[in-house]
Formats: sequence, C-alpha cells, structure tokens
Amino acid sequence: MELKDTILQHYREQTSDVIADVRQDALNTFNQIGFPTIKHEEWKYTNLKQSLTKPYAIQPAATLSKAAIQEVLDTLPKGIFLVFVNGIFQPELSDKNLQGAEVNSFAEKVDVVQRYFGKNLPFTDSMQSLNIAFAQQGTFIRIPKNVSIEAPLFCVFLTDTQTENVFVQPSLFILLEDGAQATIAESYHTIGTNTSFTNLFSHILLQKDAYLDAYKIQNDVVSAVQINTTQLVHESKCTSHTTTITLGGGITRNNLSISLQSEHNEAYLNGLYVTQGTMHVDNHTLVDHAMPNCYSNELYKGILNDTSSGVFNGKIWVRKDAQKTNAFQSNKNVLMSKEASVNTKPQLEIFADDVKCSHGATTGQLDEQALYYLRARGIGEESAKKLLVHAFAFDVVDKIKNSVIKEYLIEALEAKL
Amino acid sequence: MSDSNKVLEEITSSEYKWGFVSNIDSENAPMGLNEDIVRYISSKKNEPEWLLEWRLKAYRHWLTLEEPKWQNVTFPSINYQDIIYYSAPKQKINPKSLDEIDPELRATFEKLGISLDEQKRLTGVAVDAVIDSVSITTTFKDKLSELGIIFCSLSEAVHDHPELVKKYIGSVVPITDNYFAALNSAVFSDGSFCYIPKGVRCPMELSTYFRINAANTGQFERTLIIADDSSYVSYLEGCTAPMRDENQLHAAVVELIAMDHAEIKYSTVQNWYPGDKNGKGGIYNFVTKRGICSGAYSKISWTQVETGSAVTWKYPSCILKGDYSIGEFYSVAVTNNYQQADTGTKMIHLGKHTKSRIVSKGISAGKSQNSYRGLVKVAKRAEGSRNFSQCDSLLMGDQCGAHTFPYIEVDNHLSTVEHEATTSKIGEDQIFYCNQRGIDTEKAVALIVNGYCKEVLNQLPMEFAVEAQKLLAISLEGSVG
Repeated sequence: MELKDTILQHYREQTSDVIADVRQDALNTFNQIGFPTIKHEEWKYTNLKQSLTKPYAIQPAATLSKAAIQEVLDTLPKGIFLVFVNGIFQPELSDKNLQGAEVNSFAEKVDVVQRYFGKNLPFTDSMQSLNIAFAQQGTFIRIPKNVSIEAPLFCVFLTDTQTENVFVQPSLFILLEDGAQATIAESYHTIGTNTSFTNLFSHILLQKDAYLDAYKIQNDVVSAVQINTTQLVHESKCTSHTTTITLGGGITRNNLSISLQSEHNEAYLNGLYVTQGTMHVDNHTLVDHAMPNCYSNELYKGILNDTSSGVFNGKIWVRKDAQKTNAFQSNKNVLMSKEASVNTKPQLEIFADDVKCSHGATTGQLDEQALYYLRARGIGEESAKKLLVHAFAFDVVDKIKNSVIKEYLIEALEAKL
Repeated sequence: MSDSNKVLEEITSSEYKWGFVSNIDSENAPMGLNEDIVRYISSKKNEPEWLLEWRLKAYRHWLTLEEPKWQNVTFPSINYQDIIYYSAPKQKINPKSLDEIDPELRATFEKLGISLDEQKRLTGVAVDAVIDSVSITTTFKDKLSELGIIFCSLSEAVHDHPELVKKYIGSVVPITDNYFAALNSAVFSDGSFCYIPKGVRCPMELSTYFRINAANTGQFERTLIIADDSSYVSYLEGCTAPMRDENQLHAAVVELIAMDHAEIKYSTVQNWYPGDKNGKGGIYNFVTKRGICSGAYSKISWTQVETGSAVTWKYPSCILKGDYSIGEFYSVAVTNNYQQADTGTKMIHLGKHTKSRIVSKGISAGKSQNSYRGLVKVAKRAEGSRNFSQCDSLLMGDQCGAHTFPYIEVDNHLSTVEHEATTSKIGEDQIFYCNQRGIDTEKAVALIVNGYCKEVLNQLPMEFAVEAQKLLAISLEGSVG
C-alpha cells in the first residue's frame, strides 16, 4: 500500500469531530495536490521522493522510558517543558507548573479550537493540509490576557525510531491573548536509527498587543526528515520575533508564514543554517503585509559545508491597502566546500505604492582580504577562517532575545563550527 | 486628487502615435495553422528541403506542447487557428534599388522616422526593414559586404549562405526549447541575419525595424547574429504596430553566437501598440532571446527599453560557456494603463571566471503589473564566477503592482553572487526639492525617472538613447503621482 493510502486509512479509523469543518477542505486539498514533488514550484529544490517511498508506522504509541526522556531534557536549557512523544502531548511527562499558561488537548477545548484552528488560512500546501485534516489529537497552548511568562515554554518533540520508521504529525494551536507575553521554543529529537518523518503544523494567533519570542531549534540526527509549517497571525499591534536555527537533521523544510492583519504590527524573522554531510535545509518564508503601517525585517544566513545543500525562498507580499509598509529581507550564504550548493529566491510582490521594500541575497565565500588581514597579523589560516565564520554566524545569534536560549545556542553552534 | 497625481495622470495618458495603418496591398496565407500552412510559408519563400523538414519537425513538436501557465500575467487564451501566419506586402520581389520599393511602404517607414534612403541618412546605421512577415530592404549592404559582413534578411541568407544558416539556426534556441520557440520555428517568416567575420569591427550600427501592419496577423520573425573570433557588432531593434482593437501575437526568436573574443551588443526599443487606456487591443509580445558566449573572453550585452505591448513576456538570456566570458543585461520596462510585463534575464555560468551583470529598472503606472523574473545559475565547474544583479521598481499610483522573482542557484563555492532589489515610489521630498527650484511637477517626475533609468539608457547607442528618453516621457505621460 502506498504511503498516502496508509496515512489516510490510519487517521480515518480515529473518528473525532473536533475540527470536522476545516477537515474536509484540508483533505480535499491534500487529495488534489498529493505529496509535494519537485514539479511543484514551491518544492522545486527539495525532493521528498526517497523519504516518501519508505514504509512508516503511523504515529505509533509511545514506548520511550522516562529516563530516556529525562536524558534529552537534561541537555536543554532550563524552561517549562512540554513533552511530545511520537507527535502526541504527554501531560504526565511534562512540567506541571506552567506559570500561568494553559495547555490542553484539542478535545478538551473544542469551542476555542473550532473557532480558530486552521481557519482563514490558505490551503495551498499539501503537507499543511494533511496535518490539519487529522489534527484531532493536537495541543492547544493558551497564554491568557495580560499574562507574561518569563521562562521559555519548551516544546520537546521526541520520536522513537528504535524498531521501525515512524511518521508523526504534531499539531499545535498557540493563542496569545491581549497583552500576553511569552517565549516559546521548539526542539526535535529522534531516538533510534530508523527514519523519522515529522510533519508539524503550528497555528499561532497573536491578539492585540501580544508579544511573542519564538524559537525553532533543529539539531536532529541525519535520519530525521522534518516538514515544519508555521502560520503566525498578528491581529493588531503585536510584535513577534521568530528565530529558526538549523544545525542538524537529514532533510529539513521550514515554512514560516507571517500574516500582518492590522495596523502597527512588527515581525522580525531570523534564521541560521549550518549544514554538514548530506544535510538539506529549505527555508520558505512569507510575510504578508495586508494592512498599512507594518514593519518586517528578515535576516537568514547559511554556512554550507561538505555536500550539503541549502534553499532559501523568502517572499514579501504587500497588498493593495498596505501603504506605508516597511519590509526588509536579506539572505546571505557562504559555501565552504566544492560540493555544497545553495538555491535562493528572494521574492517581492508589491501592490501598494507608498512603501519601502528591499531585499538582498548573496552567495559567496569567505572574504579573501579579511583572511589575508588576519593572517598578516600572525593568525593561522584555520583560526582565521574560524574567526570569520563565527563573525558571519553570530550576526544572527546576536539578535536572540532570550539569554538562556542564546547561551545554549552559542554552545551548540560552537560544537558545529 | 493631489496636484502631482493629476500631473501623473496626464503624463501617463497620452496616445500612441505610431498607431496609423498603411494602405498596402498584402498577400496573406489562409487563416489558421496546420502542416499545409507550414508548407505554404516554406514554398512561398522557396526554401530548401532541409528547412521545410526542420519547420515540420518543430510544428509536430509544438503540437505535443501545452501553453505555459507559470507567468505572472493574465490574458484571454489565444486561439492559434485565428491567426494569419503569413502576410507579405505585394510588391516586386527583390527590388534592385530603393526606387522600386512601393512608395506607400517607403512612406510608412518615413512616417516612423526610419529613412530607407541611404543618401539621406545622417548617421551610419544600416537598416533591415521588416513589415509583417517579410523583409523589405536592407540598406548599406554593399558597404558592409566590402568588409565581409553579411547583413541581409534571413530568407536571403537561406539561399545565399545556406551553410551558415544550417549550422547555427536553432543552435541556441532549439525547436524543443519552449512553446513559443517551437511555434516560431514552424512558421517563422523572415528576420535578419548577420555574420561578422573574424577580426572585423562592424563600422556602423546594424538595425532591424519591425512593423506589423496587416490585421489579424501574427508576427514571427527570427534573428540570427553570429560574431566570429575577435569581431564586434552593435545591433538595434525597433518595433511598432497600428492601433487595433484585437490583440495580435508577436512570437519572435533571437539567437546570438559570440565566439572567442567577440562582442555582441544587442539593443531593443520595444514599442508595440500597448492597447488603449481601457486595456483593449495591443500586442502580445512573447519572445525568446538567447545568446551564447561560446568562445573565451567573449561578451554579449542585452539592453532593452520596453514601453509597448499589452503583454510582454520575455527573458533575454546569456549562456556563458567560454571561460572569462561576460554577459550583461540592462533593462527599463515601463508599464502603464492595463499593460503587463513579466521580463528579466537568465545568466547561465558554465565557463570559469565568467562574469554577469544585471540591471533592471521597472516602472509601473496606471493599473499595470510589472514583474522581474530572473535566473542566475552557477554550474559546478564555473569557478571564480561573479554576478551582480540589481532590480529596482518604481511605483506610480496605488493601482499598479511590482514584483520580483529572482532565482539564484549556486553550485560552486568559489563564485560570488549578489542580488539586491528595492521598491519605492517617487519621493514627495524629491518632487518638493525640484518644485522649490522652479521645476514643475511634471518635469520633476520626468527628471527623476530619467535619473532612475540613466544606468540603462547610458548603455544604448547615442541615437537610440535620445529616442528612448522621449519614449519614456511619452509612455508615462499622464501618470505622475
């Protein structure tokens, strides 16, 4: 049986009507488009074919021991841990003191979930649709009105592949109510040597004056395939910082879509990918300026080693009404080896005239002159190169707001460089 | 509406002044497309067997293709059976001298400001005049042939220099390349052919002037330019069409070949009829232009000023195959009213130490949509390649759109690729500054637009640059905001 049929059959068996109304739309889209292939423009440079022909166990029950989980948690910076095993939230393994946040399953909060989750989103990507169609076991995180949470909420996704290949689809709905503030981080861990295929979708809604600092820390093993889709909606006067750091994994595809739906929203998008071996990292971002007077600033940087490949596709979309928009985007890549490659496509689509938009993209190598300057001062070639790579990467790391996560990432980055 | 908006409106709403129809008898092929039409065109032109075979092969391939849909322009679908694929003004074949050319035809070109009369020309520009499907005359032929330069219509070249045509036609844009290239290969009517021998620097600008006259026809010309080792040529192309309510299709193919140390400079001022203020009529300009720098140290430079056409959809490209070869692309694309443009370039770096430079300036006004779409590809062995791209968009008015779709693919770690793009409108402070100094808003806008495009206009040959500046001012008449 083909993977598509296996998945459809698996989820059909679990009947729940939590999200029945969006499900049909999502399912239709998925059936229409099917799994993405390189013939789809948005998937031109990321080939899932090999990963999709393998047999997978679909979201099997969790088998990881408490000790094994604790071992992973110990490596992470301090925070409020929310543990997900094989795509499903595990309250008994997670921290109990949530410092004001509320975490529930979709089934427990049917009314809110039904009102927002998956609503008013473009169903154009088949992987997102597939996730939404079967999101009945999703998790709802709510930061109530005017609550400010200091410690990062850390969503830890564990996939157990010790006995077989595993396919999981975690779904998240995160709601920051008026004036709420939070730091939410995600990290992904495959335990075992078989392939893990994660198709994650998170829908984040920021209501008036909310402030979100979000991190995706991707440092998984080579046998991990991840499609990570985020729809971040700014209702009004919100600010978001999103930081996507990719240091490991086999194939990683991030779709980050930010929609600025009212005036005076601000969005900052930062990304860094450091790749080795045969890694493939694909970052697709979309900033949708629907209303006037919003600001967005995006910086993605890549350091590509060995035979790895990187993709960046950034789109700034300024709609007709979005006058006085300021939108900036920059993508910089350094190719460190002969076999590494990068494909970038920074896009601007602008329908309003009173705007300031710019984008820039560069691909190159370390600056010869800078290298010479350092060597002329008695710094060996290796250390000089290291110094320059550091300087290049730390541009992004410097923008990290949360000091605990920053420290953790600096350490992880040092290990990779 | 503010004052400056009014001025903009006025500037961008001027009429198309090349829209007259000449009363020339023409001989048309029956409407529609099938194998017989392809044979008809071929026999009309007395073509050798191999060319007919080549056309038929292209036609059969075209039948298997579907019209592409990825472009960022929309237009009602084209009925390919509703087009006349061949239209020739009735006149004596092979006029011996200019006096034998139909006076009405000559008058048409006079009216367009193109003198076919060699004596009357002030500047040395050799012109190949193409009306509908055929080339009327080529000026300065003798003078050029003294240097060994071949400059004639493609149909003549097929008879006089079959070995060159056979060797190079379809070598850069193969018949299987894309939908419109296949269509063109099947039904191309005429075009210019140019060969510059080794070591020759062409002393004058070569130029082709295209004119669509007959109604319901499509224009499918094909240009082939070959610059042999260490030669240089600068080539200009201009085009206009009458105002008609229906859309007409123009699907041309241009192939350039630059060998060792050769340089080709190709400039276009495209001014096909853009349709009226309500977006009715106008030309669909779907052109495949591509050059190959096949030799080391060769250079191809495309310069285009695009002001006309209802829909423009073209990507003049360079394949940088020879080591140290250089590709350049300079473009100003202006869209107004309901015009749509999806244009840009492709730079394919194959050879070592190849360089390319892209400067694209888009100006959108009225209700138009203007897109830049480009590809910079650096192949694995293209060590030390360098690219710089800049694509800026200027928006005039709040009804138009500007888009950029740059694709950058780098497979070599010793290469450097840079891309930057900006989008903005003409600053109120800039206009205010000019106003303060006694320059009225309309002139201020013209000044700012000119300054914005200068980098590209500077690349045009002198006579053309003046022409292009005027054209820019006229295209934008009534659009300042």
